[in-house]
Amino acid sequence: MIPRPFDYHAPRTLPEAIGLLARYGDEAKLLAGGHSLLPMMKLRFAQPGHLIDLGKIAELKGIREEAGTLRIGAMTTENELIWSKLLQDKCPLLVEGARLISDPQVRYKGTIGGDISHGDPGNDHPALMIVLGASFVLKGGSGERVVPADGFFLGNYATLLEPSEIMTEIRVPIPAPGTGWAYAKLKRKVGDFATAAAAVTLRMKGETVQEVAIALTNVGASVLRASAAEAALRGKAFDDAAIAEAARLAMSICDPVPDQRGDAEYKTAMAGEMTQRALRSARSRATP
Amino acid sequence: MANKQAVSFKLNGKPVDVLVEPRELLIHSLREKLLHTGPHIGCETSHCGACTVDIDGMSVKSCTVLTVQCEGAEMLTIEGFEQAGELSAVQEGFTKEHGLQCGYCTPGMITRAYRLLKENPNPTEEEIRYWMSGNLCRCTGYQNIVKAVQYAAKKMATATA
Repeated sequence: MIPRPFDYHAPRTLPEAIGLLARYGDEAKLLAGGHSLLPMMKLRFAQPGHLIDLGKIAELKGIREEAGTLRIGAMTTENELIWSKLLQDKCPLLVEGARLISDPQVRYKGTIGGDISHGDPGNDHPALMIVLGASFVLKGGSGERVVPADGFFLGNYATLLEPSEIMTEIRVPIPAPGTGWAYAKLKRKVGDFATAAAAVTLRMKGETVQEVAIALTNVGASVLRASAAEAALRGKAFDDAAIAEAARLAMSICDPVPDQRGDAEYKTAMAGEMTQRALRSARSRATP
Repeated sequence: MANKQAVSFKLNGKPVDVLVEPRELLIHSLREKLLHTGPHIGCETSHCGACTVDIDGMSVKSCTVLTVQCEGAEMLTIEGFEQAGELSAVQEGFTKEHGLQCGYCTPGMITRAYRLLKENPNPTEEEIRYWMSGNLCRCTGYQNIVKAVQYAAKKMATATA
């Protein structure tokens, strides 16, 4: 299993990388951690003529806090997220999510930017990004734009990222104090993608739901935002009936592809179960 | 051959150069060009961990890394663990605790366990199981692998005490 021949480029700076993208256009692919792209190239599902390795660009790495926002370099690895004291303190949902991704070796290489840009509905960061209200910095030859996570994911391997652009940074507003959070993921074994998973952030006011966000992994052509489920919870008491109704509404938007992980009915049921579990965990962590 | 490029890195402390096509995977350069056959080809799909090597302080599955990505790297394979005829603490743990049966997964297991103990010298059993979960073993049922890592952790703690 060896990829088709290609030319390899290892730019040292972002402008150099953007220049290479401009020169080679559709023939080029960006290499981040490589643990989705290289397997696809080995299977000849992807056959780029030029591979542009972002691994040597120092400015794409690192996690810092700036004016209430976490700024995460797109080439920051999953293990770096897990070991970040800053994230553990300010946004533990990202740590919980990263810990459920693949296996230790893959997490040394796999990056948050790669996971988001790939557009695979099985990737975990998209759901986390949506419930955290994150945005992405995309840079290309004609400048920079910042786009919200909600709306970025268009379908299977399709996102707003243009072939001429590089995702450089992920911006995550630090959740308000007292915000509850959870990522509930069902997977058959270590290293597998989710059978179904749900990400939740939740703010309570007494026993009433003040604000809630719910997003689902791997039960549609892209990550799904469960807007109707959110609306049904907002302003209501957080009780068994409300949770069951939210799960029912979340299941109603699922359209999973049947595969060895299960048929559509099973996956949809599991999306409902993960929604319930994530909501309950988030509630247990929320303080009014 | 067209389109080959020279890649230089440090392998178990010694500088090496290989001439590769960009598409060549690290595991093939190691085994076929540099004759380091300790890292094994198990699944070739980054699941099993038999090909694990240590690159710049990270455990990496060498079936899913291109050799050209390793320019300037510091690399450690199972061949680099024994020092002057003495087994490393992790190797000793795997022999003393019977952490292997067929031995196919062992180079990857030991290489991964080495990095785990560098990062966390005193791991709980749960931490060992979680941070070793990228390496599959079809013989042992993992019980003795966990014991081998615990043995190495103790031995290293005593050595530095």
